[in-house]
Amino acid sequence: MFSINQSWRYSVLDFIRKTGRTGLDYSSSVGRSGLFLLRAISGLPLSLDGLSLLAVQIYKVGVLSLIIIVVSGLFIGMVLGLQGYNILIDYGSEQAVGQMVALTLVRELGPVVTALLFAGRAGSALTAEIGLMKATEQLSSMEMMGVDPLRRVIAPRLWAGFISMPILAIIFSSVGIFGGMLVSVDWLGVFEGAFWSNMQSSVDFSEDILNGLIKAVVFGLVCSWIAVFQGYDLVPTSEGIGIATTKTVVYSSLSVLSLDFLLTAVMFGGI
Amino acid sequence: MYQRSVEVAVGVFMLIGMAALVFLALKVSGLTTDSQKESYKVYAQFDDLGGLSIRGRVSLAGVTVGRVSNVSLDKESYSALVEMEIYSDVDNLSTDTVAAIQTAGLLGDKYVALSVGADEEVLADGDTIFDTQSALNIEKLIGAFASGQVDI
Repeated sequence: MFSINQSWRYSVLDFIRKTGRTGLDYSSSVGRSGLFLLRAISGLPLSLDGLSLLAVQIYKVGVLSLIIIVVSGLFIGMVLGLQGYNILIDYGSEQAVGQMVALTLVRELGPVVTALLFAGRAGSALTAEIGLMKATEQLSSMEMMGVDPLRRVIAPRLWAGFISMPILAIIFSSVGIFGGMLVSVDWLGVFEGAFWSNMQSSVDFSEDILNGLIKAVVFGLVCSWIAVFQGYDLVPTSEGIGIATTKTVVYSSLSVLSLDFLLTAVMFGGI
Repeated sequence: MYQRSVEVAVGVFMLIGMAALVFLALKVSGLTTDSQKESYKVYAQFDDLGGLSIRGRVSLAGVTVGRVSNVSLDKESYSALVEMEIYSDVDNLSTDTVAAIQTAGLLGDKYVALSVGADEEVLADGDTIFDTQSALNIEKLIGAFASGQVDI
């Protein structure tokens, strides 16, 4: 009787202890990631050497993502054109397909889909690369040599993602609008003049395009922050690299989608 | 050599990005110097706007001659006060010009259609158009038919 009572007490205490430990671990990881972001952002070496490190990373993160971005943008624009045409033709206003494609891409799909693709294409690669550097103790040996890995390894990658993401989103939107035009004007026969003039009268530069760009900048920061932090903070084993890569993609996608709702509510919600 | 080709690729990438932004600005959003075109302000009061909003088109004979720059409520007369910016090169609108709110297509945007009168004097900056026609309110129209106020 006594022993049952005691084991029950132990399990309750154990549960409380575990909950507390998880909570502390979680908040310390959030705090670490915040400090890490501050140090990495301020750590970009602005010398010629630092800038060439940055250029290499922009090449890996941005230029090499160009193909997937262009191809997906083209197809998403074409699908939007096709779907929009089939719905709008019922109301006899198929000229409005241009404005539909442009607004959808510029406001929403451009930044969001680019960020999701970016997290899968570039974010996971960043995490795995930094994670392997940590697992093979390249980062600690850098520290031994007196080179700060935050400045040498992390900062260029973070900044590269931050710079590339808005550029990729703009390219995505432009290619998508071009794809929408291919389908609706060249294939389905919407009058070209009405297609462009409807688009121009409804798309506003500061309200639509700049707000979309702000979204892309925010997503770029969040995605590359998550990617480099997961790589820097992982458990240095092969399993840890796998878990961290998965976490990068999952966390990036979730934060992009939820942030997108927040930003949309702030930018377009309050009329 | 490798470093140089990387830098060239990054440069081309950024140039493509800028070109795409210029494309979005000029071709998609129609950002031209037209938006900063010189204009003068003309006011008009309507009983019912019926969905006319800021940035709406002001047209004369179907040609865009300006845009709606502000919409507010006139507290004294309980009517809507519309502020329109008319391009300065259209400087010969007579003072008895009629402003009517019309709809582009069946379900399209509302816009202000001007039709010029016969008066010798012309509208200047800050003038008010007195002769206005409110938007056609479909609910009111159907209501009038349903209650038998209108003979068919």
